[in-house]
Order: sequence, then C-alpha cells, then structure tokens
Amino acid sequence: MIEIKNIRKNFGDHQVLKGVSSVFDDGKCNLIIGKSGSGKTVTLKCMVGLYSPDEGDIEYDGRSITQMSFNDRKDIRREIGMLFQGTALFDSLSVEENVRFPLDMFTNMTEAEKVDRVNFCLNRVNLVNTNKKYPGELSGGMKKRVGIARAIVLNPKYLFCDEPNSGLDPKTAIVIDHLIRELTQEYKMTTIINTHDMNSVMGIGDKVVFLHEGLKYWEGTKEEIMEITDGELFDFIFASDFLKDLRRNARVS
Amino acid sequence: MRNIFTGFGNYLILIRGTFARPEKAQMYWKEMFRQMHDIGIGSLSIIAIIATFIGAVTAVQFSYQLRSFSLVPMWWMGSIVRKSMILELAPTISALLLAGKVGSNIASELGSMRISEQIDAYEIMGVNTQGYLVGPKIMASLVVIPMLIILAVFLGIGGGMMAGILGKFFTPSEYIRGLQDNFAGYDVVVMLIKSFLFAFIISSISCYKGYTVSGGALEIGRASTQAVVISSIVIIVVNFITAFILL
Repeated sequence: MIEIKNIRKNFGDHQVLKGVSSVFDDGKCNLIIGKSGSGKTVTLKCMVGLYSPDEGDIEYDGRSITQMSFNDRKDIRREIGMLFQGTALFDSLSVEENVRFPLDMFTNMTEAEKVDRVNFCLNRVNLVNTNKKYPGELSGGMKKRVGIARAIVLNPKYLFCDEPNSGLDPKTAIVIDHLIRELTQEYKMTTIINTHDMNSVMGIGDKVVFLHEGLKYWEGTKEEIMEITDGELFDFIFASDFLKDLRRNARVS
Repeated sequence: MRNIFTGFGNYLILIRGTFARPEKAQMYWKEMFRQMHDIGIGSLSIIAIIATFIGAVTAVQFSYQLRSFSLVPMWWMGSIVRKSMILELAPTISALLLAGKVGSNIASELGSMRISEQIDAYEIMGVNTQGYLVGPKIMASLVVIPMLIILAVFLGIGGGMMAGILGKFFTPSEYIRGLQDNFAGYDVVVMLIKSFLFAFIISSISCYKGYTVSGGALEIGRASTQAVVISSIVIIVVNFITAFILL
C-alpha cells in the first residue's frame, strides 16, 4: 500500500501540486487521471522519488520515503518497477540486455538463473524471438512490453506506469492494459497508472483519482465515475460532444 | 556572471557524485571498457591521419625556413619535429580534435538519455547515475586519450620523416640523428601531464553539459556545441598555464 499525504510541489513560482492525498491499495490498478498539466506526472515522479515534494509525506507500507536517507531510499527503489511513457529502454542494449540489466546490477544470480528469469519475463509479456533485437528495431507495442518485462524482472512490490497507452493503437492499448492488470493481480503489486485514456479507466481502473489544477478533485471506482453528471470530471470524461450526446440519449432511454 | 559560478558549482557537484561507491564494481568496469572502445577505436583513424600530416607539415615548414640560414644543419629537423610534437602539437591538436569528436559524442549521448528518460529509469532502479554514466566515461578518457596522444607523437614524427625525405630536405640518417640528439625525458612528462588534464577537461565538461540537458532535441544540439566550445577554450587556457608553469 502506498499513501500520499498532502503533497505539494512548486517549480519556481508555479504551484504544480497544491496538497494531494490518497491511498493506493495492494493488488489493485490505481489510476490517476486528469488533463495535461493537472499534476499527474509530477505526482508520480514525487512518488517514485525523482522529485522531492516541498511539503507532505509519501509512505510505502508505512515507510516514509521523505524522511529516509539516500541509501534507504535506494533500497525502496529496488522494490519499484516503472514503465515510462516513452519506454526509456536503453538504446545501446539489446532487448535481453535491457531486461537483464537490473539482475546484473543488483543480484548475485548465476548466469543460468539470469537467462531463465529474462526469458520468463519476456515470455510473460508475450515476446518471443526478440532477445537479440535492439529497441530501435521494435514497434511501439513491443517496446512497451519490453518496458514491462524490465519493470517486473526484480519482482517489484510497486509498479508505476506513466501513460502506458500513449502512442499505441486502441487494440494494442487494450492488450497492454490487460497485461498490466494480470501482472498486478498475479504478483499482488500496488500498481499506479497515470493516464488520460478513458478506455483504461473503464477497463482496468479499480480505483480512480482525478486531479485538477494540482488538487485531488474526485476519487472513486470506475462504476461511480459513470454517475458523474457535471463539473470538471464530467467535462474530462465526456470531452467530445458526441460522447455527451450518447450519454444523454442512454439516460433518456 | 552568476550563471557561470552556478554552473561551475553544479559541475563540481556532478564530479563529486562520480566518486560514490559503485553498486557493483563489475558493471562499472564493463561500462568503462565499452567507453574505452568507443573513445579509443572510434578516434584512432582521425588521430592517425591528423597527426601524420601535422608532423609532415611541421617538417616542411621548418625545412623551408631553415634552408635560408645555411649555418643551421638539417639534422636539427629531427629534433625540432620531435620537440614540437611532444610538447605542443600532439597533445594540443589531438585534444582539440577529440573535444570535437568525443566531447560532442558524450554530450549528445547523455543528453538524449536525459530527454528520453533513460537516466530517470536508471535512477528509479537505484543506480547512482553520476557514478555509472559519468564516472566510466571520465575514467575511460583518462586511460585512452593519453594513449592516443602518445600514438600521435610517433605518427607525427614518422610523418615528418616521410615529408622530409620526399621533399629531399634531409636524409633519413640526418633526421634520426636529430631525433636522438639532446632528448629530454622531462618533455614526455610534460606531455603526459597535459594529456591527462586535457582528457579530464574533455570528458568532464562534455558529461556535465549532456547530463544537465533539459528540453528537447534542440537543447541536445546546443549542449553538444557548448561542450565542444567550452572544452576547447579551457584546453587552450590550461595549455598556456601548464607551459608557463612547467617549462
């Protein structure tokens, strides 16, 4: 479980997060949604420790990372897997080397154990015969899968995904969403996903947090989100007139 | 002015960060050897070509000028080319060339890693990115660049001999006599000191400019250019200071 308590973050005079609090449970897909510039990515980066919040606290199963020393924070980072928006695969390494890198750096596994683990993770994300390829030779969906394989290779307790569907076609986006959900349930991870894709919200969102202008505007389940009738969240969900009309007609009928 | 001091402070902080304890020394060694290959093998041909022709043109220029003074024996040419290559031409010209080739390469590699969030990915894993990405590049440069400069000295001297013989300015035996005459080991020490200083300047400034990039592709290009320009200026200034102090 991850708990964020009243986190605030400024960049110069610009107040990006104005006090955001929430709790993200184990074994569930927790989605943070909001418009561009609402503070989703900054929230995620504060949670993984890439940014230090100016105020507030972030607790990983009761362990506060804001109070931790640099070395203790490094230990927590090894329990974290992250899928980046642009995948952030290491260009100079092959698929196999990308997935294997955390094993080489942080474990004392034998060569055979490492090969087994890498192959297991690549198979788990349905990637075969790509071990020797380089990121530049892969499609967007395949890169995301490699990113997921690298994120889970150390059996993380916490999985963060920043816009996992960006740049993907709708079908591949659904496949990636389902893969994330399956892995979350399989490994009982606390998964936090930044997205503005409503298909993801309705498909895998166990809990949804809506950020608006640096504040938590709403939180609830995907079922509850459909009951929203007005306000910023309504405008966000039903951004197009087509969807608004569709919903009105559905309610009338 | 304030920006210069802030930048210098951040540069020192980055350099200090590279001395942190490695997570796994074996991985750092592996990365260092990869960098040594990229910097060394990648720059070998350009250094060889430039050094050979610099030595050749030095021999031709000095022969042309000394011919008018009939009192100067032509076997001095070996000594002149040797001293010029060891003390000045090989270290300085090679360093300026490497600032362009290796420096821009390092800055753009780290810059694109920063922009594409690869550095963030390392940090989230718990890797000390300053130690793992910057440290091996500096260490590899400190090993490989002096070796390239030593090679440049030999090729420059060889180039001088070739040009002199082709132009019939001196005989091979005259040139070799000049090379052996009054050889000072201290010159080699000065060359090595300069080589290590230049290697550190090129790699550390380029790493700093690349590591601290923010923005997009335009900023990567800008950082790469700044790395080359700043390294070149610092090399020229440090070259003067070392010559002033050591000679």
